[in-house]
Amino acid sequence: MAVVFDKPHALIDVPLHYCPGCTHGIIHRLVAEVIDELGIEGKTIGIAPVGCSVMAYNYFNCDMIEAAHGRAPAVATGVKRADPENHIVFTYQGDGDLASIGMAETVHAAARNENITVIFINNAIYGMTGGQMAPTSLPGQVTQTSPYGRDPKHCGYPIKVCEMLSELEGPEYLERVTVNNVKNIRAAKKAIKKAFQNQIDGKGFSLVEVVSSCPTNWGMTPQAALKWIDEKMLPYYPLGVYKDRSAEKEAE
Amino acid sequence: MAKLTFKTDNCKGCGLCVDACPKKLLRLAKDKINKKGHHPAEITDEEQCVGCASCAMMCPDCIIKVER
Amino acid sequence: MADKVLMKGNEAIAEAAIIAGCRHYFGYPITPQTEVAAYMAKKMPKIGGCFLQAESEIAAINMVYGVSSTGKRVMTSSSSPGISLKGEGLSYLAGSDLPALVVNVQRGGPGLGGIQPSQSDYFQATRGGGHGDYHMIVLAPASVQEMAELTVKGFDLADKYRMTSMILADGTMGQMMEPVSLDFDIKPETEKPWATTGTKMEREHNIVNSLSLVPEELEMLNLKRYERYKIVEENETMYEEYMVDDADIVIAAFGIAARVSKNAVNEARKQGIKVGLIRPITLWPFPKAPFEKAAEHAKAFISVELSMGQMIEDVKLATNCKRPVTLCNRVGGMIPSPEQVLKAIIDVNNGGVK
Repeated sequence: MAVVFDKPHALIDVPLHYCPGCTHGIIHRLVAEVIDELGIEGKTIGIAPVGCSVMAYNYFNCDMIEAAHGRAPAVATGVKRADPENHIVFTYQGDGDLASIGMAETVHAAARNENITVIFINNAIYGMTGGQMAPTSLPGQVTQTSPYGRDPKHCGYPIKVCEMLSELEGPEYLERVTVNNVKNIRAAKKAIKKAFQNQIDGKGFSLVEVVSSCPTNWGMTPQAALKWIDEKMLPYYPLGVYKDRSAEKEAE
Repeated sequence: MAKLTFKTDNCKGCGLCVDACPKKLLRLAKDKINKKGHHPAEITDEEQCVGCASCAMMCPDCIIKVER
Repeated sequence: MADKVLMKGNEAIAEAAIIAGCRHYFGYPITPQTEVAAYMAKKMPKIGGCFLQAESEIAAINMVYGVSSTGKRVMTSSSSPGISLKGEGLSYLAGSDLPALVVNVQRGGPGLGGIQPSQSDYFQATRGGGHGDYHMIVLAPASVQEMAELTVKGFDLADKYRMTSMILADGTMGQMMEPVSLDFDIKPETEKPWATTGTKMEREHNIVNSLSLVPEELEMLNLKRYERYKIVEENETMYEEYMVDDADIVIAAFGIAARVSKNAVNEARKQGIKVGLIRPITLWPFPKAPFEKAAEHAKAFISVELSMGQMIEDVKLATNCKRPVTLCNRVGGMIPSPEQVLKAIIDVNNGGVK
């Protein structure tokens, strides 16, 4: 018998602290699988954010750095620039980290086409602090700090990160994926692998936005949360490639 | 036939693997409670399993090893 | 004796940093320190280094955090309002025990303040600057030569103790030109087995982190850090004494205020007043010993500052309030004149101390 599926080496064999059914675990695994398949664990340095995945440094076997809230792209810039030839650098950030407090760092790293890989977890809520409104919370979405539903007239509309960044000249690759079923997980892995391969090839800033679930703070079962992604999240955050400069060049 | 190995004590009983199985061979063991206090996932009929690994791919806690 | 070159203070810092092996600089334009960035922008690309203008002071200090995590020498520079923005990063650097060199060429505050020299970030620098219990090694140059020397020293100390070294200069120091010798004794860099440079699949993964959710562990980390700070206090305190041995009055002043004060001391001595000067070169650790000793014979102290009186608190603490300490100051970008300091000396000498 041959092993057809097992925990990747780049993922440390410890229980994750995430809630039951939280898709962080799936995405951690996909990143680790890609690191394994590309054979880059020994030169990879990951940057953990502030948020639910703050302790991601305990889960990846590669060298890890914990950054201040929102600053992961700036920290990643430093790590990458310290040794561009030998460092493979990724950030793993949630929506509050990347699209709210760290928006400037995100936009400017993209504008510089910083040669890093960004894994962006969009679950439309602040998980770690107990379910407050995120920059990506949907209109009408009830959270602890939008108890009557997010009112865009009062606090604006959710930010579509891939669409927004796609207007910049800088970034190499932007794709939005999700992990709510096996087919989508396969597609998500392909995108994450491309985002790392781009860095290896020196192509530049590659961001994969993963539309994710937060069963606990959405107040749903894990199953209902995955369904909610299909029904509510994806209509507002359509899946797809928002920028692929190399492909665009080839097409020309 | 395939072989599934569960790291039962790391299972959080979310049941995403149960839904992912195309042959509906998995269930949460209502008669068992693991160290974390969850009903862990288990396979009902390993003979029927083709080792597609859908369950393992869906598992957020990476507790399923699939051999074929 | 090596040849001397005429340089601006800010440029001397930049050149000294390069000589010390720093190949990464991140910053954001702000007066009156922009020459540091401009010098780096010109020089770094030619020596295989990296100059990057960050989108903000916050980003700049976090880029510093990133390079420092990989064990390489790295710096940023700014002026007062920009240092406030870096406060978050300074706290994280301390929490993760990362070495870095940060330059503050101070200007008048608070708020946007002005662009003229000031020493009003003394509290911010010597008490940490960001949240949490921590210290930076704070170095106060009083000449362009010292701007350069303390930059080299700052890198060495930062690496040795895994701390941030801050050069606390002011607009005058940054802008003035003086002859500088750049002939430094460069020590081999400290080994950094903790650095995140990739495991090469040869060791356990390294983690650079300031999060510690178990209170017992976080307490231990703080206690350990302060044990290290104690060693810094014992071994790295620097100061200059000038005519202190027989002094009845002792002036405390650093940076530009010390230069002005030295003139006043010379003038007062001519008039027969026994006055001396203690110039702290490290503001943290503060040189307590020379003040304690001086308090045995001096009748009074004068703290000369470009602030509303910040270092004066450390002078009082160092002398255990045994003697009166008066303040002689200008603020808002103004500098005390030697005449003003001389008048303060004469007033104190005449018993005009409140």
